[in-house]
Amino acid sequence: MALLEIKNLHASVAGKAILKGITLALEPGTVHAIMGPNGTGKSTLSNVIAGREGYDVTEGEVLLDGKNVLAMSADERARAGIFLAFQYPVEIPGVTTSAFLKTALNAKRRAEGKTEVDAMEFLKLVKAKTAALGMPYDMIKRALNVGFSGGEKKRAEVLQMTLLEPRLAILDETDSGLDIDALKVVSEGVNSLRAPDRAFLVITHYQRLLDYIVPDHVHVLAHGRIAASGGKELAVELEAEGYAKYLDAAA
Amino acid sequence: MAATRETAAAVRDVEQYKYGFVTDIESDMAPLGLNEGIIRFISAKKGEPEWMLEWRLKAYRYWLTLTDEEPAWAKLKFPKIDFQASHYYAAPKQAPALTSLDEVDPKLLETYKKLGIPLLEQQILAGVAVDAVFDSVSVATTYKKKLQELGVIFAPFSEAVHKHPELVKKYLGSVVPYSDNFYATLNSAVFTDGSFVYIPKGLRCPMELSTYFRINERNTGQFERTLIIADEGSYVSYLEGCTAPQRDENQLHAAVVELVALDNAEIKYSTVQNWYPGDADGKGGIYNFVTKRGACRGKNSKIMWTQVETGSAITWKYPSCILQGDNSVGEFYSVAITNNRQQADTGTKMIHLGRNTRSKIISKGISAGHADNTYRGLVRIGVKADRARNYTQCDSLLIGSTCGAHTVPYIENRNPTALTEHEATTSKISEDQLFYCRQRGMSQEEAVSLIVNGFCRDVLQTLPMEFAVEAQKLVGISLEGSVG
Ligand SMILES: Nc1ncnc2c1ncn2[C@@H]1O[C@H](COP(=O)(O)OP(=O)(O)OP(=O)(O)O)[C@@H](O)[C@H]1O
Ligand SMILES: [Mg+2]
Repeated sequence: MALLEIKNLHASVAGKAILKGITLALEPGTVHAIMGPNGTGKSTLSNVIAGREGYDVTEGEVLLDGKNVLAMSADERARAGIFLAFQYPVEIPGVTTSAFLKTALNAKRRAEGKTEVDAMEFLKLVKAKTAALGMPYDMIKRALNVGFSGGEKKRAEVLQMTLLEPRLAILDETDSGLDIDALKVVSEGVNSLRAPDRAFLVITHYQRLLDYIVPDHVHVLAHGRIAASGGKELAVELEAEGYAKYLDAAA
Repeated sequence: MAATRETAAAVRDVEQYKYGFVTDIESDMAPLGLNEGIIRFISAKKGEPEWMLEWRLKAYRYWLTLTDEEPAWAKLKFPKIDFQASHYYAAPKQAPALTSLDEVDPKLLETYKKLGIPLLEQQILAGVAVDAVFDSVSVATTYKKKLQELGVIFAPFSEAVHKHPELVKKYLGSVVPYSDNFYATLNSAVFTDGSFVYIPKGLRCPMELSTYFRINERNTGQFERTLIIADEGSYVSYLEGCTAPQRDENQLHAAVVELVALDNAEIKYSTVQNWYPGDADGKGGIYNFVTKRGACRGKNSKIMWTQVETGSAITWKYPSCILQGDNSVGEFYSVAITNNRQQADTGTKMIHLGRNTRSKIISKGISAGHADNTYRGLVRIGVKADRARNYTQCDSLLIGSTCGAHTVPYIENRNPTALTEHEATTSKISEDQLFYCRQRGMSQEEAVSLIVNGFCRDVLQTLPMEFAVEAQKLVGISLEGSVG
């Protein structure tokens, strides 16, 4: 069974149809990349999967391990193992990164019937994860994303992902805003999580990321549909030729 | 989904005010109403000396001249209170002299247990001494012995009147005179009990002193009176926690707290106020009209107020500092949360009289539902207060679009060398923030609690550890059901 199955998904925002019949199956252990021009609905797809309010699903299904994701609230989906690394991480003044991480981790642990993480254990865990991502440990004492540079925000997203160990990780342009070194570190973070029972949906504009996180499948999203699918070579082709041919074809 | 929502709502209703139980014990009660006879009744019940009765009567006669002079300047709406409809004295019936906790009515101890203050255990667990006020009489005082050895007086107010009349006479009304304001005057006439604290010269009180107030009897007003004196070079941290059972009627609570800090002394006064707020439609709940004031009478003295106000239907409260001594410091840290139909008009007054006096005000107002939350603060700098400094920061957080937040700062500066700074912000919990938290697995309620606790962090950090933990939970509980 596919880990995530998207069947003929149609969704609209503010009465405007954005997703117009997306079908996609992510087998466990695979990495799928989605590329596509600005404004074609990549973030919309992520948000619909994650359960953000304000989107109307007019047709289709999303199944996680065969379960109907669309019937769950956003937090239920998260606890079921869906993680979204935001294209624009949200600032939460006053809430330390550490308090946020701990609350999130404990919400997950409770859902799994585990006890809450104790303070020492938590600090040890976070210390190891921040070090692996080349983040200064002191960052977790700062308010979440407040005053973080663009790259720092993206790293903090990956930090959360490595801590929460989701079943499905959606990375929405996690590479944009990262310098070359950060790109490597973040990619290593993602690669270290690659596992037979986990799947990734990686949204990016740059083929370069896919040199580090090598995808099993690449899809082109244009005008709210999957206009083409292929292997890693598709990304290389897109880099060279752009999206013109898919836009014409889909229009 | 719908089913889990309903269950969650039902559980919430049950848990919402988890302190809403009533202890069933016989009460010794004054007849309904207020007149000189009642004042004499209260005074006689307490076997008070003549001077105490005289003071009460003086206050009462003055109060009579204040008819229809309830303060009307606060942004609060409530029906006129019928002061004749209350009992002004209610005491649990039991043998008067208690030598140990074993003699305390087990039902009372049970009540404290539900409140989370098991006195018996607390005697063993080091750290907190509790003077518990049950309705009007202090029924049990722990840690007395150890404190006594250090020369600390920590006693029910009524006991201090007997045992330390010279101290009570000297300081009672010296910060909040009986004629101060309508409610303080009423309190001066009818106060039934409260705490008295004296910290001797040079002593750093090694434990937090704590009082739990609780209103139990139906239609009783609670009028405690607290007086804390920190003698030269001493330090004390005092904790006050409040809960009251759930009732449909409104109950009046008009307390007075006076603090006196002499040379180089420091008083830290922390409150977590969790009186019954009324139901979602605004029925019932405590009317909390409290006068709290501290005098930094000596040089280099310091008074720090921290309050976390989550309960009460109405909160009218302005813990203040009179900075008389040169170099004295006043600080006010406040979190006021109003949900549903709650109304809070709260803030502080910093009165700078001495030279180099400094004050700091950090106020965090959180408003949800149909609630109204007003910060009202006065910074007054007198002509002699050379180089006085004030820093004020007022932040408001709105949850939803049907609540209100208001900031009313008054600054009166009569000294050209003084400096005052005022910052104010108003923000809202955004959909983006909520979604972000929920995407990480937190429930809506957890998310709100986390965000609000972050918003209040600067203030909560000033609370003693064990109180801070309780306050954090309370912040979450009091906002349950406030979002979607
Ligand atoms: N709340 C909204 N109201 C109106 N239109 C919206 C709203 N949210 C998204 N859209 C529109 O939906 C379309 C798809 O947006 P989306 O963010 O999914 O694009 P994207 O593929 O992620 O683009 P990018 O590569 O720039 O991140 C855009 O035209 C966008 O303006
Ligand atoms: Mg996008």
